[in-house]
This record gives sequence, structure tokens and C-alpha cells, in this order.
Amino acid sequence: MNLDMTIFHQAFFEEAADLLAELETQLLRLEEAPNDIELLNTIFRCAHSIKGGSATFGFTDIAHFTHGLETLLDRLRNGQAKVSGELTQLLLESLDQLKSLLAVARGEAASAPNSEPLIARIDAAIADSEGQKPTIAAVAAEPEIANEVQRYVFRFVPNRDVMRQGSDPILMLRNLFEMVEEVQVRCNRSNIPLLNDLDPEACYVSWEMEFNSIHPMTSLLEPFEFVSDECEVSLTAVAGYWEDNAQPVTTIVAAPTLADSAVQEVTAAAASSTAPAAETSVNAAAKMETHTLRVSTDKIDKLINLVGELVINQSMLNEVVQHFEISNLPRLLEAVAAMERASRELQERVMAVRMLPIKHAFGRFPRLVRDLAATCHKKIDLRTTGEETELDKSVIEMIADPLTHLVRNSIDHGLETPEERIACGKNEMGVVSLNAFHEGGNIVVEVSDDGRGLDKDRIYRKAIDRGLISESDPMPPDDVLHNFIFHPGFSTAAKVTDLSGRGVGMDIVKQAVQGLGGAISLSSTPGHGSRFRIRLPLTMAILEGLSLRVGDEVYILPLTSIIESIRPKAGDVRVVAGQTEVAMVRGEVLPLLRLYQFFGVEPVVTEPTRGLLVIVENDGRKIALLVDELIGQSQVVIKSLESNYRKVDGIAGATILGDGRVALIIDVPGLYRNVMPAQPIMSTAA
Amino acid sequence: MGKTALIVDDSSSMRQMVGFTLKGAGFTVIEGGNGQEALDKLSGAPGGKVDIIITDLNMPVMDGLTFIKQVRTRAMLRFTPILMLTTESQESRKAEGKAAGATGWIVKPFHPEQLLKVIDKVLPA
Repeated sequence: MNLDMTIFHQAFFEEAADLLAELETQLLRLEEAPNDIELLNTIFRCAHSIKGGSATFGFTDIAHFTHGLETLLDRLRNGQAKVSGELTQLLLESLDQLKSLLAVARGEAASAPNSEPLIARIDAAIADSEGQKPTIAAVAAEPEIANEVQRYVFRFVPNRDVMRQGSDPILMLRNLFEMVEEVQVRCNRSNIPLLNDLDPEACYVSWEMEFNSIHPMTSLLEPFEFVSDECEVSLTAVAGYWEDNAQPVTTIVAAPTLADSAVQEVTAAAASSTAPAAETSVNAAAKMETHTLRVSTDKIDKLINLVGELVINQSMLNEVVQHFEISNLPRLLEAVAAMERASRELQERVMAVRMLPIKHAFGRFPRLVRDLAATCHKKIDLRTTGEETELDKSVIEMIADPLTHLVRNSIDHGLETPEERIACGKNEMGVVSLNAFHEGGNIVVEVSDDGRGLDKDRIYRKAIDRGLISESDPMPPDDVLHNFIFHPGFSTAAKVTDLSGRGVGMDIVKQAVQGLGGAISLSSTPGHGSRFRIRLPLTMAILEGLSLRVGDEVYILPLTSIIESIRPKAGDVRVVAGQTEVAMVRGEVLPLLRLYQFFGVEPVVTEPTRGLLVIVENDGRKIALLVDELIGQSQVVIKSLESNYRKVDGIAGATILGDGRVALIIDVPGLYRNVMPAQPIMSTAA
Repeated sequence: MGKTALIVDDSSSMRQMVGFTLKGAGFTVIEGGNGQEALDKLSGAPGGKVDIIITDLNMPVMDGLTFIKQVRTRAMLRFTPILMLTTESQESRKAEGKAAGATGWIVKPFHPEQLLKVIDKVLPA
């Protein structure tokens, strides 16, 4: 059987990534609990599994590197080596190396740093643990007897309990007999007891035999490999062919050493023969990589149950419809209702399949915080809550980078040095918290610190510098002020550090969050810290929206951005400065956007008092959209416009309506970018 | 009649590989992610019995040695061949495995053909 191992690569990659994440978490815990045996066992098991998998699937670089690591970890858990800060550092560096090697294997990186220096350090640590260099077991040269017919004498005395280990002496002899001919067998039955004393599960017989074979002794002994320790197995080559009373030339008693060297040889041969093939296939596999998702079986079982229900519903419907009379109408309605229920639940469950706990995104932070604490000379306690909160897989993947930026920012700018903290009367250990929880139909992720908080004066001055407000303006309210830091190029960091403060970042974070259909906000108390709050939709695939009509077209407006809709009275809509239209809504002056103009649609309603104004909000700024009429609220499945057509300004995607027509989904932040000049609106005038 | 194999390993890629190989050789395959899960699966198997068990040693929840001992306490499985998956750094574990009741071992890494060869060695055709 020639099996293409590349088909398992994707599974291996995913598993290895999980194992590395686990390894990282456990290694970081190791610093706090260096004597925790359970922890050491888990760490060993991770390395062990990575090694086993990488060797099996042909990633020799990874297997080679993990080999020493596994030995070292084995020593650690056996108490032969001690956990030290230095050793933990070495293990963490090894982890990074494994990540690089894995990235190369996946085809994501062209090359990885050379493993040898680390291997040397690992070997040194192993040697330390023994107080001596690792000894390489000398492999005895094997007698070369092969391919010529040779006469053998063979003796096999099975252990009485051999069958209790699942071994079958007859099977072993059968396997031996496939390699030999001219057999003479003598079976020794003298040890069989009387029936009364006989244990039917014990083996009382033994065999002596002579045979000819062209196979080498190692092959002939192979069927007995597993029992050579506890059974007597001896094979003797006798000189000559069919010669009586010949002198033995070589006797090999199958001892563990022989069996092991045989195994090692086989292993080495296998490794060398599989390696080249596997290496060449890595790139091919990377190219046709498909994204896969592991789903727990009970999620799938629930789906299957639901599909079962749907099938039943369908047959109910069929039956009602086939012999339909008006008196059956209640039954029909009932069947339709049941179908609706099942399909809605199916939709929810299918979405749940894509949901992963947010700990997948949080997982990288303990390590990051540890490293940053060392670079910034700060003491940091990272606290996370709500790791099990589930989010759409793609949202998790895309939120990880913005979160990283926020955490870095909190550590670099938010937290004070231990000395400063003590001077302020705070605990020298700064706290950075990551919290995730459900709120309404959204997921909220918060990154907060108990540091110094935002410097309002500095932001104010910087905003003036950058022309966002003029010097004569009073200090704006907190929420407006805080929003300035999300402007491109806005950084108040006095000095640029490695970590942050390059003035790129917060605007990118904001864009990323908005790209996910979310929103970011910030609150801060001087001297007590800051809190970034990211609201995210549960999924990007389904949207709760309001459908509305403009001309002949139907558009969907995301419900989350709608504040209210009103029918304006005459005089509510005015033109200011000769061209800009505004709507007066309860004393607020809002810019008015005629959607038919924006989208270039043939209008039906041009007179605002005959249409409706939908007030939407983004970033605390409101605008009024003029539409013909509202149709209703519905859940729509988002279809990407980009992948089917191209990106269109102001449009987030498309969906298919119940009647089969296509409706476009309005991208509210996108509308703002197109309609409003890039300057802050100093909120509510009037 | 087709034979049934139980594969016990916490690594799903390993299970996939072994499972794929065995299915190719006509086995019906049952999988367990650790010893305890495997014992549960065994209880659910027809007659509480399989034809061969292939198990890893290092696993969470219940490790391979404990699992093998547990298997040998079940009447239906006293003579069932059990192969353990080991690495070459675990010579001493082979002896422990045998003492626990394992029939033989396969040294990782192995190729599917080797696996089938070792199975031939302990499982009557």
C-alpha cells in the first residue's frame, strides 16, 4: 500500500498549532509552579505529540529539533533536571523555533532560523542533567548471513503467560514458516499437566526444530520480537547444508539488544525513505491549503437531529399539500410554522459551527505580556475573563491583531513603572485585563489597565497642533477628546518606543474593528487607567437589518446603526450655505443625505415630507438618510460583493430577498467617509 | 468478515493516519482520544469486543498503561492483541507496557506499511 501522507498534513498542522499554544500556556505557568508534576507531564506530552506527528508525516526538521527537547522534558518530569529561569527561557525559545519551523512546513514562511544553536543548548542542558555527555549506544555489527540457503536449529519455549498478553505462539510459528523450508519439528508436550490441573489459558508446550532458509537471522527472529524478553527463543546457524553433527557457527539468542537494533534499523530506513517524498510535497500541500474548522461532535449531532426534523416536516407538508382542501388550512399553517422553526434553529446551529471560544485570540497574550514586561521593566498581572465566550472564527482571526495593539499600548503607555506606581500609592504590579462577554446581540471585548489614564491636556494640544480643533475652542468633552486618538497619525507618546507610539495604530485598530462591523470606544480616568471597549457582531455572515425602499430598489440598513426614523414636517429640512441640506430633528441639526442621489437611483419620492428620514449614527455622529419607505426588519445572509463583482463605496455586501431579488446592504461607516469631510463634527449645535 | 480495530491516541492526526491505513486494509475502525474514552467506546462495541487495539502511551485523562491494564480485566478482551505506540526514547516503557499486558509495540515514526506488517505479526489473518 502506498499511502500519500500529505493528505494528513492539514490535520497535523492544526493539531501542532493547538499543541504549541498549549505548550506556551503551560510553559508560562511553569515559571510560577516549577515543581508541578502534572504540568511537566502535560508539557512533555505536547512536545511528544509534536515529535511523533512530525516524524510520521515527514517533517524531519521539526522531528529532529523536537527530539532533544523531548528528552530534556522527559528528564524534567522524572526529576533528573531542575526547572530554572534559564531553562524556561530555553524552552520558550525552542517553542518559537518550533513555530518558525511549522510556518515553513505550512509554506507560510520561506525559511526558519537555523535550529542547530538551540539544539546545542538543549543537548548541553541534557548533558548537565546527567553530569555527563549523552552516551550513544554502540550498535553491534550484525552477522551478515543472507541470500544463501542456510540450515538453522531453532528452539522456542514460550512463557506460560504468553497468551495473556494477547500473543499467539502458533501465529508466530506460522509467520516463521513462511520464511523457511525443509522443516523438521519436535513439539515438547511433557509439561502439559493433568486435565484437573490444566489452566486453559496457559501455554505448556515448546518447540525445537531445524529448517533451511535464505533469510537473515534478524528476519527469522522478527515474529518473536515482542516475546523475546520473557520467552526462550534461540536460533543457531549450523554449518553446511544438510550436514549432520555440524558445528554451530553463530548463535544468536534473541535478546533485547538484538531486537532493538533491528527496530532501530527499520526506523532509520523508514525515516530516510519517507523524508524526501514528504519534503517535496510540503509546498504542494501549502498551495492547495483549504481552511478547515474542527467542530465538536455534539454540535454536528444537533445539526443531524435538526435535519431529521426538517425531513419529517417536509413529508408533513407534502401530505397536506397533495390532498389540499381549505379545511386543511390550519394543518398547513402548522406544518409551515414547524418548518420555519426548524429552519431557523438550523440556521442558528450552523452559525454555531463557526463559533470558537475567544481564548483562541487571548491565548497569545500571556507570552506577549511576559516579554513586554521584561522589555519595559514593568511588573504586570494579566487577567482574562470570559475566554469561553464564542465568536465567529473569522472574527476571532481578525480581532487578534487589533487586540494585540491595544494590549501593547496599555503596557507601554498606560502602565507606569513600578517606582512611579509606588510613588502614587498603587501596587507596583500593574494590572492589564482582557474581558469578553455577551451584551445584547453583540460580543464585547474590553482591554483595560489600571495605569495613569489618558493625558487630556496633551491630547487637546495635539489636536490643536494637528488642526483638528482650533486654539480658541474650549476643551471638548471627554468622549470627543478621546476619539481624537483614533485619528490617523495621532500619537501623544513623548518618545517613540519599540512597542508603540509611532502614531500608526489606533486608526488602524479602529478600521479593523469597523471592518468587522464592530465599534470601538474608550473611557479613561486620570490616575486610574483606561478601558478600550470593542463591540463585535456575533457573526459576520448574518445581519439583522431594516429593509427600505428607494425608487425601485430595496436596500438593507444594519439595525445596529439605526437610531430612529421619522417623517419630517415641512420646514424641518433646510438648505444651509446655499447647498448643504440639513434636517432639524428635535433641535439637532443633522446633515441630510438623499440616498437616491448617492446611489444614482431613479427617485419616486423627492419631497422629504412624503418620504422618511432614517437617522443613523456612527462614531457619535448622526446623519439623516432620506428614503421612500421602510419595508420591515429581517435577518439577511451577507453575500460578498467584492468576490462576485468589485468593491462599491457605501455598500457592504448584498443579500437575496425572499422574492429572489438582490438587495444591497448599506455600509454606514462607508457612507460617512464619502459624505462627510474628514473632520470632527463638534456635535450638537443649535 | 471484516475485523475491527480500536485506535487510541490523543493526537487526531495520528488517529487519522492509523485509521486510514487500517480502513484501507479492510478494518472497521473505532477511535478514542484517551484511555477512558477508549474504554467507553469498547463498552459500546458489538459484544464489547474488537479484534485489535492500537494505543499511544502518553495521553491525558487516562494514559496507555492504565488503559491496557483495564482492557485486560475485561473477559472479552483478555487475549486481544494490543499494540502500543512508542518512541525510541522510551525503551523502558516497552517493558512496562508488556507487564501491563501489551502484546507488542510499534516505534514512532512508522510508515503505514510497517504498521500493517506489525499487525500481521500479532493478528491471525
